[in-house]
Amino acid sequence: MSVASSREAQSLVVNGTRIDLIEKGSGPPLLFLHAENGIEPAAAAIEELAKSARVIAPTHPGYGRSELPKGMRSVDDLSYFYLDLLDQLDLKDLTVVGVGFGAWIAAEIAVKTTARMARLVMANAVGVKVGDRETRDIADIFAITEPEYIAIAYCDPDVGKRDYKALPDGEVLAAARAREATARFAWNPYFHNPRLKSRLHRIHIPTLFLWGTHDRMLSESYGRAYCGMIAGARFEPIDRAGHFPDHEQPKIFAEKVLAFAKAK
Amino acid sequence: MKVYQFTEQPYYPAWTEHSGSLRVNLLNRKCDPHIAADLFHRYYDEWQLSDELGLDIMLNEHHQTATCMSSTVVVGLSVLARITKNARLLVLGYPIGHRPDPLRVAEELSTIDVISRGRLDMGFIKGVPYEFPASNQNPVGVMDRWWEALDFIIKAMTTHDEMFNWEGEYFNYRQVNVWPRVWQEPHPPIWTTTGSTTQARLLGERGYVMATLGSGYNTRPLYDAYRRGYLAKWGKAPGPDRFAYLGLVGVAKDRDEARRRGELVAGYLRSSGIVHLPFRNPPGFLSAEDNARMMRGETPPRSYTKDRRVISMHSASAEDLIAAGILFCGTPDEVYEQIVDFSGYCGGMGNLLMMGHAGYLTHEQTVDNLSLFAREVYPRLKAWKQPDADEVAALAAAEQVKSNPAASVRAGDLVDATMTTN
Repeated sequence: MSVASSREAQSLVVNGTRIDLIEKGSGPPLLFLHAENGIEPAAAAIEELAKSARVIAPTHPGYGRSELPKGMRSVDDLSYFYLDLLDQLDLKDLTVVGVGFGAWIAAEIAVKTTARMARLVMANAVGVKVGDRETRDIADIFAITEPEYIAIAYCDPDVGKRDYKALPDGEVLAAARAREATARFAWNPYFHNPRLKSRLHRIHIPTLFLWGTHDRMLSESYGRAYCGMIAGARFEPIDRAGHFPDHEQPKIFAEKVLAFAKAK
Repeated sequence: MKVYQFTEQPYYPAWTEHSGSLRVNLLNRKCDPHIAADLFHRYYDEWQLSDELGLDIMLNEHHQTATCMSSTVVVGLSVLARITKNARLLVLGYPIGHRPDPLRVAEELSTIDVISRGRLDMGFIKGVPYEFPASNQNPVGVMDRWWEALDFIIKAMTTHDEMFNWEGEYFNYRQVNVWPRVWQEPHPPIWTTTGSTTQARLLGERGYVMATLGSGYNTRPLYDAYRRGYLAKWGKAPGPDRFAYLGLVGVAKDRDEARRRGELVAGYLRSSGIVHLPFRNPPGFLSAEDNARMMRGETPPRSYTKDRRVISMHSASAEDLIAAGILFCGTPDEVYEQIVDFSGYCGGMGNLLMMGHAGYLTHEQTVDNLSLFAREVYPRLKAWKQPDADEVAALAAAEQVKSNPAASVRAGDLVDATMTTN
């Protein structure tokens, strides 16, 4: 039930499922839900956020080294998993921050209950259908090569490039698991839940949309439309960042999140 | 040995017009329906001839591709059930992990079993990686869905005196009662494919007919894994009729003409891997561990020749394909020798899935290829004495035939070597 000893690279068992979890910094609690490409303990955004918050950053089930509970296959399942985690850690007045796929999970949690949440940050969020049935809102990342994907997902493709032959085995396996887990949860319907849009009105806490403006997997108009579905949500672009603003502009990303978390 | 004549029913006129992909994203503007109709009629004629020649028949399906016009096996099976008389009709395979409705599959196949008066062999497969964009089924967990669909289909075909309920992980039905009832009791024979020793053992325990493609002189470890599973479950050795192997065949009286035919039939291998790169390995099709190995550039070896050289099925010369037991090619005597040599290496193999037509092989060449095979090779294959199944299984049980670890890497089905990521 408790977070294992080392303060940074830890694991946690939630409902019988062991996941990796980073806990860093002190201050008001902040749950960071990583994007579809996984998370690294050394992530600069985590460091920046940990300067003024107690950051709790789990590795989603099925990603990294985290186990996958039998039968889990939807973001709905993931959202209940995280509701259990919030109960288990007894987190209160929490700022929930999600990037990309992680923002979709955050939204699915928030429409169920925001009882433990004070604020919600959605960065380059997926999860809803905006266009008509023949308009693809989200680029089909499974129909393009990895270099093509990196070119549309990053402002600076060099940031996203990885030399798998030079990486440690564990990181290569984590990349392979991330791709599989993302498909498990987001293959069909593609990166969205058709029911989510009609539930977003249930979110009444202050909500901030952050948007890496060079994201070509998603358009900014998609982000603005999504933002418009949550009452009172604010939209702030982040320049020189693509789909992963936490990765490409960690300082600016963290500043914006922390300023929002502190605002009265 | 039984021999099933197989063609992918290719739309070869488009093979020269692609820009790097014959599957998924080759736009159907390239398909002239008038030419397609002529080709379909031609292929059915050749199958009808196969029936008259005493051969059995195999057909399959692929989607959004010029390599195979058959996009639903049910159409081909339906036509053949009516126009053929004696041939067994093997579908290999029906990609049930992609189908949203296994009840429909049970109904279709039961009907075909009845119309053909009990000539159906039901091969169920996972399907090649590039079927997923077309079906939009999730490649992650496809085998879980596959097994549930299979269990359901068997139950639907074997339940006659009550209706049943099914509320599974993937499929839900409340009043199952399939009409018409299957002709073959308890159900038509089940076949499937694999490239994995783990899966092969499981198939042995199930007792299904197991087929491989392109495994060449790396087939024995798969068969032996099957033998161990079969022996453990059934307490006896599996006969050669439990094993099937897809081989390309080019036969002619004249050696040069045989080689020409072999080259044309090998056009299947040379075209089948031409697929837009991202569709070749969808997430979850292989395990994360196998994908990690591939990302690090450790691609598993594909096909072995008899003298243990690794070859690529897609680019190998006809000589190497013959040496690998993938292409059987030459005069009738040579083809017979190659097939029995290979079958002996396998420890017995009772079903040759013969690709006697592929690619640019003309109708006349195909007719001659099939006729000559049926007349001069097949009778000898039927008479050939398979290795003693008990002895072979005992060897396998003692694991005296060394397994090659490479054989356990591939995910399994008629996947051939199209999974390369570069």
